[in-house]
Amino acid sequence: MTHAQASGRPRTVYFFGTCIVDLFYPGAGLAGIKLLQSAGVEVVFPDGQSCCGQPAYNSGYLDQARAVAWAQIKLFAKDYPVVVPSGSCAGMMKTHYPGLFRGRPEQAEVEDFVARVYELTQFLVDVLDLELDDLGPPVKVTWHPSCHSMREMGVADQPKRLLHQLSKVELVELPRERECCGFGGTFSVRQPEISAAMVTDKIGAIAGTGADLVLSGDCGCLMNIGGAIEKAGGHARPLHIAEFLWERTHGRR
Amino acid sequence: MAAADFRAKAHDALGNRELRANFRRAMDGLMSKRAMLFADRTEWTALRALGAAVRARSLLRLPELLEQLETRLRDNGIQVHWAETVDDGNAIFKDILSRHGARRVVKGKSMVSEEMGLNHALEAEGIEVIEADLGEYIIQLDHETPSHIIMPAIHKNKQQIARLFSQKIKDAEYTEDVDRLTDLARRVLRRKFAAADAGISGVNAAVAETGTLVLVENEGNGRMCTTVPRLHIAVMGLEKVVERLEEVPPILSLLTRSATGQVITTYVNMISGPRKPGEKDGPEEVHLVILDNGRSRIYADPELRNTLRCIRCGACMNHCPVYTRVGGHSYPGVYPGPIGKILTPQILGLETTGDLPHASSLCNACVEVCPVEIPIASLLVRLRSEGAGKTPHGGAPVKGAGSRRKSQEDWVWRAWALVFRMPLLNRLSNFALTRFGWALPSDSPLLREWMTVRSRPRFARRSLHELVRREGIPHE
Amino acid sequence: MSDARTAILGRLRAAEGKTPPPAEHFEVVAPRGWSGEEKIARLRRLMESVHTEFLDARGGDWTALLQDWLAQQGLAGLIYPPDTPLGRRLAGQWSGATPLIPYDRSLAEWKEEFFAQEAAGLTGTQGGIAETGTLILWTDETQPRTLSLVPPVHVALLDVNMLYDTLWQAMREQGWTNAMPTNLLLVSGPSKTADIEQTLAYGVHGPKRLLVVLVEGDPAFS
Ligand code: SF4
Repeated sequence: MTHAQASGRPRTVYFFGTCIVDLFYPGAGLAGIKLLQSAGVEVVFPDGQSCCGQPAYNSGYLDQARAVAWAQIKLFAKDYPVVVPSGSCAGMMKTHYPGLFRGRPEQAEVEDFVARVYELTQFLVDVLDLELDDLGPPVKVTWHPSCHSMREMGVADQPKRLLHQLSKVELVELPRERECCGFGGTFSVRQPEISAAMVTDKIGAIAGTGADLVLSGDCGCLMNIGGAIEKAGGHARPLHIAEFLWERTHGRR
Repeated sequence: MAAADFRAKAHDALGNRELRANFRRAMDGLMSKRAMLFADRTEWTALRALGAAVRARSLLRLPELLEQLETRLRDNGIQVHWAETVDDGNAIFKDILSRHGARRVVKGKSMVSEEMGLNHALEAEGIEVIEADLGEYIIQLDHETPSHIIMPAIHKNKQQIARLFSQKIKDAEYTEDVDRLTDLARRVLRRKFAAADAGISGVNAAVAETGTLVLVENEGNGRMCTTVPRLHIAVMGLEKVVERLEEVPPILSLLTRSATGQVITTYVNMISGPRKPGEKDGPEEVHLVILDNGRSRIYADPELRNTLRCIRCGACMNHCPVYTRVGGHSYPGVYPGPIGKILTPQILGLETTGDLPHASSLCNACVEVCPVEIPIASLLVRLRSEGAGKTPHGGAPVKGAGSRRKSQEDWVWRAWALVFRMPLLNRLSNFALTRFGWALPSDSPLLREWMTVRSRPRFARRSLHELVRREGIPHE
Repeated sequence: MSDARTAILGRLRAAEGKTPPPAEHFEVVAPRGWSGEEKIARLRRLMESVHTEFLDARGGDWTALLQDWLAQQGLAGLIYPPDTPLGRRLAGQWSGATPLIPYDRSLAEWKEEFFAQEAAGLTGTQGGIAETGTLILWTDETQPRTLSLVPPVHVALLDVNMLYDTLWQAMREQGWTNAMPTNLLLVSGPSKTADIEQTLAYGVHGPKRLLVVLVEGDPAFS
């Protein structure tokens, strides 16, 4: 947080799209970029970017994770904040990059990069103090905070503060909201039964809220939760918070 | 038990509705009780930092402190024994007990003794060992093992306990009244305490500067075991030592609040010696068995060493979404939950337990609550690396390192790294997946697992890279 | 087994860390600056929340109050430590209906009888801790360990002038490191368990009831 606050409201930011957004939820990424632009910030999207390295890291393949991480860091060399529409990928950078490069020649550069990393809603609230005007019809939503956004990035109530600004949006608290949805990357296929039990409980809780939409800041969770709701024939539609905010404030395009 | 068993046992546990309800109810209660006691975030942060520092300092000087502890204990009249393996530990117990002709033994809760399989070893010698902690007593009656390190019988509900007592305790009527069930156990066990030749206990912390064994408990059974019989034998893992007495208060406070949401347990029992001349009670002999069983190997690696900070509070399992669903009996070894996932593979070796570190979504719920700041998630990742034979430079390999290595997986990650490191390759693969990803067969093993309860993920028709270019967003 | 010792310590020493030890900041367990009344109120509230009973004998005669209390409970006797100042005081002034039973022999000599007594056990305390609602019990030749453990009721005398804010404060100000007794006990209520369905039940192995008698400035305790 210190970086952007120290230098005031930044004019330009980098956007790190993440691999899941890139391939499955590009609309969420684009909405994130547009929210930033509409707040008067110039957004740069380094074209060579791909993935934060988390899949390999979580599997214990640290050399491969490091190689991919370093390839990203080099692309984000200027002194701009790096905004990430995913608590998990931002968390990978913030909490695991320093350890991956400790004692290596790249260490200083990595630490400089890490200090500039923000999760999207954190940046919108803490740095830009974004104000929103609700243009949409009344709707009931619930919020799924991702594990890594809370526990690695320290995202607290920023997403809810954004949602509370929307006058026609009713936010229903999700029971046991802090409990993992069961995604966990390879966990979902390495321990499919436990993961299934977790996501089944999660979508049960979501159904219990009666919400029309389940919002999150992480597309891994959305893929897991959304896939399970779809298979079960549930009601709530999964949506990334960036996409939701953009739709509500600028109309569907 | 091999790791394949974890999946099989987890499968059974997931299908057992009564069991899942028992765990869910208990864990919900424990989480909310703990949360209330750490509501003051500033205090929590400071206390936790102190607890972590105390444990880290103790480990830093472990060999020195163990020697100091041994000297002080001897000065105080407590005899010290060292055991490299569980068999050695059991042999020491048998030897001491047989020298005293002890046939009837009462025992307080001790996870290290579970690790040793002490009860079986002693019973094989014809020694009667009675577990005196109520939870341990319950599972001993049912020939089970603990399903939780603090609350061993947490998997049972009171109907199950009522049935068990009425079947196993002489002249006991069937009752589901918790007070009456407790009273039943009291009556049986009081006779055992009075008649016991020896008492066995664990240790929550051993203080090097004073030669003191600190034990916490609520029931008084631990005090009975360490006070009433003529002989007391305590056992601890070698990591339990702290340097100074003043380091005990933060550890106690973190332990009891994290474990059961209590500001303190009913009893804190500080033992600094056997009965002195003129004293009217207390054991005439006190022994301490210090167990290694793989711990010195864990100690050899500066990262893995953090495992040994653990104060066995159980908070990590109380907050674990996996533990809550599969229960403590699904895990190999005696330590379930997140601490078990990092400790058991290091003790038993990755050959048989290498899949255990993968049985985590890395959600970090355990990391968030661990009162001594053990980076459990990072250690799980380290053990995953170890399984694939990738001990980091300067690290000490875990037992069984490399035993889970699959060359196929190595190739997958190498190819992955290539694609995600090379923008051109990444662009090509994105193009292919967005255009033709639908053609991947649904019966590939990974997709099949995914699709048991989820629909098939759908690739976007255009990647974010393409949308960014189309929208004219600066993409240097 | 000294081989095991050498081998274990050798392995540990080979790996011992060279990094500087992390600093410890004890402020969080240090005294809170509570007044005497705040300490009493806090200790009472916490101990009562776990079923401890209180008898306030400040400014009165604790032996008389205790006598009445015991008579109401219908207990078979009061087992007490005869060779302590409080034991002597008690024996000198006792006129109650409840018989006094001195703990004047070794446990082995009367184990069966002692375990079977439906009596109360009386002990002094070495003060209390307000933060956690805790009594400090020092055991020695005159005050046996089992007196606060085996009888179904434990009566503890607590001088309110000996209350500490925290455990850390108590152990430092009383100089525990210099002279630990063979068994130092912290007692924060009657024996309890939650091993059956997380339901609290009292009196599982130790005392079912704990009565704290508050006294002030009694010379028997200085
Ligand atoms: S790992 Fe941490 S949370 Fe888990 S039992 Fe040990 S100290 Fe408690």
